[in-house]
Amino acid sequence: MSLRLNVNGREHAVAADPRTPLLYVLRNDLELNAAKYGCGLGQCGACTVVIDGVAVFSCITPIRLLEGRRITTLEGLGTAEKPGHLQQAFIELQAAQCGYCIAGMMMRAHALLTMNSNPSHAEIRTALQPNLCRCGTHMRIVAAVKRAGELLRGATAK
Amino acid sequence: MELTRRDFCLTGGALIVSFALVPRLLESADSPQLPGSLGRNPYLDSWIRIDAAGKVTVFTGKAELGQGIKTAIAQIAAEELDVAPAAIQLITADTALTVNEGYTAGSHSVQDSGTAVRNAAAQVREILIAAAAKRWHLDASQLRAQQGAVVALDGRSLGYGQLVADESLHVQAQPQSKLKASKDFAWIGKAVQRLDIPAKVTGGAAYVQDMRLPGMVHARVVRPPSFGATLAGVDLSQAESMPGVIKALRDGDFLAVVAKQEFQAVQAMQKLASSATWVENASLPSQAGLPSHLMALPAEDAVVIDQPRESDAAVSPGERSLEATFTRAYQCHASMGPSCAVAQLEGDSMTVWNHSQGVFPNRAALAELLAMPAEKIRGIHSEGAGCYGHNGADDVAADAALIARALPGVPVRVQWMREQEHVWEPFGPAMVSKVRATLDAQGSVTQWRYELWSNTHSTRPGPAASLLPARLLAHPFPPRPARVEITPEGSGDRNSIPLYDFPGKHVIWHFLKDMPLRVSALRSLGAYMNVFSIESFMDELAQAAGIDPVAFRLKHLKDPRAQDVVRLAAQKFGWAAQRAMPRNRGRGFAFARYKNLAAYCAVACEVSVEHESGTIRLVRAVAAVDSGEIVNPDGVRNQTEGGILQSISWTLYEAVKFNDRRIISTDWSTYPILRFASIPDSVEVHLIPRPGEAFLGAGEAAQGPAAAALANAAADALGFRLRDIPFTPDRVRAALNHSA
Repeated sequence: MSLRLNVNGREHAVAADPRTPLLYVLRNDLELNAAKYGCGLGQCGACTVVIDGVAVFSCITPIRLLEGRRITTLEGLGTAEKPGHLQQAFIELQAAQCGYCIAGMMMRAHALLTMNSNPSHAEIRTALQPNLCRCGTHMRIVAAVKRAGELLRGATAK
Repeated sequence: MELTRRDFCLTGGALIVSFALVPRLLESADSPQLPGSLGRNPYLDSWIRIDAAGKVTVFTGKAELGQGIKTAIAQIAAEELDVAPAAIQLITADTALTVNEGYTAGSHSVQDSGTAVRNAAAQVREILIAAAAKRWHLDASQLRAQQGAVVALDGRSLGYGQLVADESLHVQAQPQSKLKASKDFAWIGKAVQRLDIPAKVTGGAAYVQDMRLPGMVHARVVRPPSFGATLAGVDLSQAESMPGVIKALRDGDFLAVVAKQEFQAVQAMQKLASSATWVENASLPSQAGLPSHLMALPAEDAVVIDQPRESDAAVSPGERSLEATFTRAYQCHASMGPSCAVAQLEGDSMTVWNHSQGVFPNRAALAELLAMPAEKIRGIHSEGAGCYGHNGADDVAADAALIARALPGVPVRVQWMREQEHVWEPFGPAMVSKVRATLDAQGSVTQWRYELWSNTHSTRPGPAASLLPARLLAHPFPPRPARVEITPEGSGDRNSIPLYDFPGKHVIWHFLKDMPLRVSALRSLGAYMNVFSIESFMDELAQAAGIDPVAFRLKHLKDPRAQDVVRLAAQKFGWAAQRAMPRNRGRGFAFARYKNLAAYCAVACEVSVEHESGTIRLVRAVAAVDSGEIVNPDGVRNQTEGGILQSISWTLYEAVKFNDRRIISTDWSTYPILRFASIPDSVEVHLIPRPGEAFLGAGEAAQGPAAAALANAAADALGFRLRDIPFTPDRVRAALNHSA
């Protein structure tokens, strides 16, 4: 059984049970590290990716629903050498401790910033509500999302 | 290239080192004066090596747990060696490569490993300078180290790589090092960006969860439904007949499945679980009556301090006594990433990659479990999600090793499910404390008596019996009885002695050997509960004495550094200015010096209370920290901010729930923690630089003060005090109804 998935702008043929949650396909078949297994229950957001502009729990989304959809993971936003605006902002504000939740946080923030590049603190908190952080990095994460919005607006204004 | 007497070569960027471990006799009393962890292995090349190209490799027996230790250690080495931190290759806890520095715990990494690396680096630098001096026939005093080279006044320069070739670093460290003065620092004290963050924010391989070895297979375990449950029957064949499944294993009550693909392993695990029949016992105490249950358990009383009041013991006129009892629920480490390990048996050697806080002690436990010689087991620390103490890291390593033993040659990756992490990790122990103090007519505390009821706060490896799967095997390793030990750092009794200058101090630990639930070290151990209790009661005493809480603390503090953090936190918060709080708002203050010997931390905060729902929210917090010589100010801030928010989450929301048989806090909906909607408006951390002073561990300093400041602010807002952690909306509403 093979499905075609569009991940970070590239088409992939995936040979997996169509019931397989996207998370396992991203991590194992496509060898993408960013999305993390946190709960498998859609309760923590460590697995968050963006599908057609919407932040989604990849741990509870079976791949059979995803043919023809555009899937974006953190790897699609930039690299350590050429970080995207969100990545730049998280590095600048050192918005991570253990970092396990961070990829999911950033994808949820990415969905927010795509809709609204100048969110208020309250809007950022509301958007990030589904995602958990255990190290207590929340204050820096909110600040980094705010900062990423500035970088994004600066880039689009040019 | 001849670097040291040990074999050391770099191939394609991979560091391959082999050397005989230093005999234990070198770690004995022969070298008691060596700074930090140098006493554990005094050879400089156990800590620092330089290859012929001048590449510096630093070895630490401590592990990166998300606390930023890699960056701090690199800064320290960079400072004394005069190279850039990013130019250093850092090797962390690995039983084949690094010194055994025990556990990465207790805020010890910078104090112990940082101090060792600093001294080793300084001594290596002086050896290199001496080598250059010899080669140039110059006096060493005319030479200096600069950017990876030794330079002379006339501009001549020799790279470290050229110098190390004829100067072995395989020499024992001296007790004294020529350390740089704080005023000359280029790296220590700078907010250097974390070396590990770029990979973590771009999807780089950063965690053990991200390991993909050639031929690796995926395993899952099936755990009993409750503590002490025994397996009456199971059908392995159902799981084994599923697609991709390689093997189903049973050893006593230990069950596991292995599959080619991860989701196949998850599905097979579900099938295996549904085919298992268990016999359970109703062995757990009532959750509602937990505090009295703990106080009624057989206890071994240990005196933590017995300092009688010097003057006449009789109560003088005007003295009065106050008393209060505080409780704390069992609490989860609740790592975001369930525990994970990869293991591989090759020939007679086992390699285990996992996120243990102590790969050396865990190797000893695995050796006993597997009946293998310890030297045939290699434990390699590989990062996991933040652990905040002893979680499932060591247990999952044992799971992986047991399964890998059944599949020789094949790398096996095991990851726990969320429900397994929540139910089977060793919890932070439930505790009860009772404090009684006497105030004289001048508002001074004259007598302080404190009792605590608690299990041990460490059931870490060492023994195989400390590993959860070891207890499930057909030939199990039964848990060893816990022993009470009173040490300067403390365990359940950590920070149970107030730092305040009270004439009479009496502290007793009613040590509970029976463990109703499995427990072990959770960030700050007993300090969280003891500081919460002490600092809550300090406010009660201040109120009784009619003295401002900050002034009351200062009146009883002799240590000038303690006074400084208290004053700074109060000043930055605006304590003196903000007397009257708006309705439903309150402010609170608390202080502690972690372990009474590490970093000083004071927290002032403001809370809001919503009477209808019983919800308490932290509005803002201001902390002041003195961690001695600061290696990375942003690192200390990040740890303190995180410590405050985590402690607020513990204090407001967190209790492991159970019925008479089972843990029923199995996920994030049944064990809620802080979410973004409830975070404060601001958290400020102010640092007091102490150039030239020793490093003081700071990673856990905020846990107690943050909880107590919150409790004091809640009491200020509510008009009555909450003494039972967590302060859930149900409890707050009940207390409001009771007080109304």
